[in-house]
Amino acid sequence: MSITTRGRRRVGRMVIVIVLGLVSVVFLYPFIWLVSASFKPRGDVFDNALIPRTFTWDNYVAVWQEAPMALWLANTVLVTALAATTVTLSSALVAWGFSYYRFRGRGLLFAFVLGSMMLPGAVTMIPTFLIWNSVGAVGTLVPLWAGNLFGSAFYIFLLRQFFLGVPRDYFDAARIDGAGHLGLFWRIALPLCKPALVVTFLFEAQAAWTDLMRGLIYLRDSSTFTIPRGLKSLVDAYGFGGEWHWEIIVTASVITTVPMIVLFFLGQRHFVSGISASGLKG
Amino acid sequence: MTVAVRPGLRRARRRTARAALLFISPWIIGFGVFTLWPVLYSGYLSLTDYDVINDPRYVGFDNYAQLFSDPKVALALGNTLFYTVLQVPISVFVALVLAVLLDHAGRASGVFRTLVFLPKMTPPVAIGVLFLLLFNGSNGLINGVLGVVGLDGPAWTTDPAWVKPGLILMSLWTVGASVIVLLAALRGVPEDVREAARLDGANGLQVAVRVTVPLISPALLFVLIINTIAAVQTFDEVYTAFFGSGNSTYGNDAALFYVIYLFQQAFEFLHMGYASALAWLLFVIIMAITAVQFALARRFVYYEGDRA
Repeated sequence: MSITTRGRRRVGRMVIVIVLGLVSVVFLYPFIWLVSASFKPRGDVFDNALIPRTFTWDNYVAVWQEAPMALWLANTVLVTALAATTVTLSSALVAWGFSYYRFRGRGLLFAFVLGSMMLPGAVTMIPTFLIWNSVGAVGTLVPLWAGNLFGSAFYIFLLRQFFLGVPRDYFDAARIDGAGHLGLFWRIALPLCKPALVVTFLFEAQAAWTDLMRGLIYLRDSSTFTIPRGLKSLVDAYGFGGEWHWEIIVTASVITTVPMIVLFFLGQRHFVSGISASGLKG
Repeated sequence: MTVAVRPGLRRARRRTARAALLFISPWIIGFGVFTLWPVLYSGYLSLTDYDVINDPRYVGFDNYAQLFSDPKVALALGNTLFYTVLQVPISVFVALVLAVLLDHAGRASGVFRTLVFLPKMTPPVAIGVLFLLLFNGSNGLINGVLGVVGLDGPAWTTDPAWVKPGLILMSLWTVGASVIVLLAALRGVPEDVREAARLDGANGLQVAVRVTVPLISPALLFVLIINTIAAVQTFDEVYTAFFGSGNSTYGNDAALFYVIYLFQQAFEFLHMGYASALAWLLFVIIMAITAVQFALARRFVYYEGDRA
């Protein structure tokens, strides 16, 4: 009986692998379709052929000429780097303050950190715009990242979990060796929590690179656009409401997406472990 | 943690508190400036007419009264609820099925997990573009595939009856994050529990439905709530595909989601007061849905170590 059971299970596993193989094709196909279309001449974009009948680089040249792609990419790289770096550092500082030190009111303050996660962004969106407007930052890239200087609730929560997992002896030993408060944080806590820092950095890098709404709210001049905001302007200009140059939009979409695919493969392990952890502890 | 009482303890404690507050200070400042003040000010703005240029003018509860008479609010709420009520259960179910399959895929599961997650990296703007192209009624890929099996696909991007079903289908492309959360939970289910059920004569489906799913119900609740909050606030993909400066060639009422309408009121029409009232209604709706989900969870979610 146990032999037939095992045999049945092996067949079962083969069926599962085949099903997942088909599912993977469905999940990958839009990427393949998009990349393939970006190498087709204008008239062939909608032909749904897997391999372009006529292969051309023209669309990439055209996008570069039609839109300030290099500038948009540079803006996005700048915003992404600043957003991810500042939020990682500030959230780590705050998480450390909440995990290592014991003081009166800590529980209450931390409840506010968690509670602020429940607040939909729509409620604070308008006053936040008015703040940036009053300091003359609307139209610049500053509102797209500077809020991150103050830490972000989800990352504070994530990093605090990590700091709490480090045995206190490590820190006590460093204290005896004469480490100060900052030294303890910088030289002991941070290096021990590198995986969580990487997760924070990668999550925020993805969020910053793909963010559309803040680009729509704060950016006015095409020269300040990030790449999602720029892509949206191309959809408006060349899509159904415009001149029907879908090859431009398709190619710009590829350029917008590829850096995220690269980011994923660079940090794949961290993405998976970070998302798994968010669910298990949530 | 008890600390031995000794002279200077008070001072040490005060020094500890001061160091802690210094570390936490970025968040305290940020919370005050970018959360607390905005919440209070948004509440005030919702009682005013404000166009950014002129000073806010107090109008009492007029904006809230207007919410109930504005047909676009009813339309946007209807669209958003229709989408949420269908998209959330479907996507959680699909994610669960994929997670179970991945859990049983043996050594191949790592590769498949990567492939299933990858679309989640796509910027939502590009997803909006893909939707317009793949779901195009006359020459999109989806209808091409349907045509192969002899089905005449609808005009997904223009027919008001099919816009939201199309968007729901598109959204399934990015279930990857939910799949990873559920898969991690499945991996935490001890194999001996399942084996025991099998020895008691349960078949594969019974083990899954009666044993595995209850054991991962906390993760299911988490995925359910996160997906609901995201669905109610859908913006990027839909705004890209149906709204914006160049886009009004066809009726996009069917795609007017709540946050899109809020965004238009605030930043296209500069009705900041009315938009603030819209934001507070959204807040109440999200809170109500989350409360209901938690209440249901108390009946259906199993926490280990809890009374069973």
